[in-house]
Amino acid sequence: MDFISILSIFVLACFVGYYVVWSVTPALHTPLMSVTNAISSVIVVGALIASAAAGSASSKWFGLVAVALASVNIFGGFAVTARMLAMYKKKERAAPKTPVESQGAK
Amino acid sequence: MEPTVAVNPWVAVAYLASGVLFILALRGLSSPSTSRTGNRFGMLGMLIAVVTTLINNYRPSTICETPVANVAAELTACQAAPAGNEQSFLWIAAAIAIGGTIGLVTARRIQMTAMPQLVAAFHSLVGMAAVLVAIAAFLNPGAFGILGADGNILTVSRIEMSLGAAIGAITFSGSVIAFAKLNGNMSGAPIILPARHVINLGTLAAIVVLTGMFAAAVHAGPGENNLFWIVIALSFAIGFLLIIPIGGADMPVVVSMLNSYSGWAAAAMGFTLHNTAMIITGALVGSSGAILSYIMCRAMNRSFISVIAGGFGAAAAIGGEAKEQRPYKRGSAEDAAFLLKEAENVIIIPGYGMAVAQAQHVLREMGDQLKEHGVNVKYAIHPVAGRMPGHMNVLLAEANVPYDEVFELEDINHEFAQCDVAFIIGANDVVNPAAKTDKSSPIYGMPVFDVEKAKTIMFIKRSMSGVGYSGVDNDVFYLDQTMMLLADAKKMVEEINKALAD
Repeated sequence: MDFISILSIFVLACFVGYYVVWSVTPALHTPLMSVTNAISSVIVVGALIASAAAGSASSKWFGLVAVALASVNIFGGFAVTARMLAMYKKKERAAPKTPVESQGAK
Repeated sequence: MEPTVAVNPWVAVAYLASGVLFILALRGLSSPSTSRTGNRFGMLGMLIAVVTTLINNYRPSTICETPVANVAAELTACQAAPAGNEQSFLWIAAAIAIGGTIGLVTARRIQMTAMPQLVAAFHSLVGMAAVLVAIAAFLNPGAFGILGADGNILTVSRIEMSLGAAIGAITFSGSVIAFAKLNGNMSGAPIILPARHVINLGTLAAIVVLTGMFAAAVHAGPGENNLFWIVIALSFAIGFLLIIPIGGADMPVVVSMLNSYSGWAAAAMGFTLHNTAMIITGALVGSSGAILSYIMCRAMNRSFISVIAGGFGAAAAIGGEAKEQRPYKRGSAEDAAFLLKEAENVIIIPGYGMAVAQAQHVLREMGDQLKEHGVNVKYAIHPVAGRMPGHMNVLLAEANVPYDEVFELEDINHEFAQCDVAFIIGANDVVNPAAKTDKSSPIYGMPVFDVEKAKTIMFIKRSMSGVGYSGVDNDVFYLDQTMMLLADAKKMVEEINKALAD
């Protein structure tokens, strides 16, 4: 791919990012940060290439350390996001416990 | 163009697919109900990116060991092929296992109040990974297809990898400082160095100039030019210098900004590797962090530059002491419980103090009890409440507060006039009317809750001596309808709960 094609993808992705992120509800801004954290660890791709390549032992080691660091982020980031998102509940779920009271509250 | 990158069109398609899945992951966050599916899209995207890379870089060494035929052409092909790399894949599996285990255990154990620290720590890892990948590319450019025919690394790639390494290094050291400040390993107070603006701008200029020199260098073979190392060293230093003068309560902006940087670092490395998944993700994360920083700055009515310049909250604290003692009304938990029970509408305003006191669970119990008494309870959240964007929402969700009882500033602010009790717990600056009236106030212009319109204001605070982060006195303390509840937030709410139960 030539530089201009890559640049085009980048610029268009910035616009996609702009509109997608503005549509995120403020209540989910913390999960947004943790999930962006997890996906930015896609840098692991570069680390994997370095780790698998022949030619430079030191490059391989730097790559392997990067794989480990990025893995902390990938697994940790997605897991903590999932844990947070599982906590967001609607009112209806709590209602069956005390149906009389919750009607009174309305 | 380069043989090692994207030989197979399916590889490019797979990376594109994972980029699209990442977009869907963020899109899902537009509502809590779709967010969980979104997160799964994100995981799938990452899986595709990793598996594609692994398959594409796997070279089995067995192909030449099978004695098919002694055809001369095949023999030469075997000799030309590089040795297999199964060994490397074992190492990779080990690295993923170690990292993955640490990540999963941390994610499971972390307290929700500590999310800002965790996110800062995670940012530092992305930053460090970017630096390491850039170094690996510098030492072994052939593996990344960026080695030119003249034995030098391609000029464009030199710029891209320096940028990636520099932004990664800034993200790393900046996030380490942010982590230390948020985690309490380091005082949240701004540390002001003399002539810091000169030092910072000088260092940034040096990074730019050295990157240019590295790009223009005649000798830039694999691992050959030391300018690259100097760029990295200076970038580590500048990340540190940029964050130490920024105070604890400005951390929402800093954490968002570092989030953005980690994205730009990934994008820069994506340029180096010609990898669509990395470029799309980098752009997404970069804009996400930038937008969050903008939202936070707007909610404090401060410019991004003034936050980055730092020093806020250092000078103002001295001015607060000189004020004379003004009369205020102090209430007990029983008084509060009585009034709350009688109320029709109650709006609860949580702030960072609630997180510090871990009072979110007892607060939800109080809300439940009030609902049983027929009180209409709502929660109001200011965009900058807490130490990261959306921090209060997560804490309330953790305490099982349904998210449709939680409202943002602009959606609920008009309701204070019909509200019987505004219940402020651990917040201060976000309810300070000085932001609307006093032009000399450091928080002037910041959007705040109109709590003074409520019939009764209950203000939980440890003591009358402390002022908010901004160091400004708050007129709400001394209003006729204000009842000060001076105690630890959690203890006070527990006592109110007891009184409500009686």
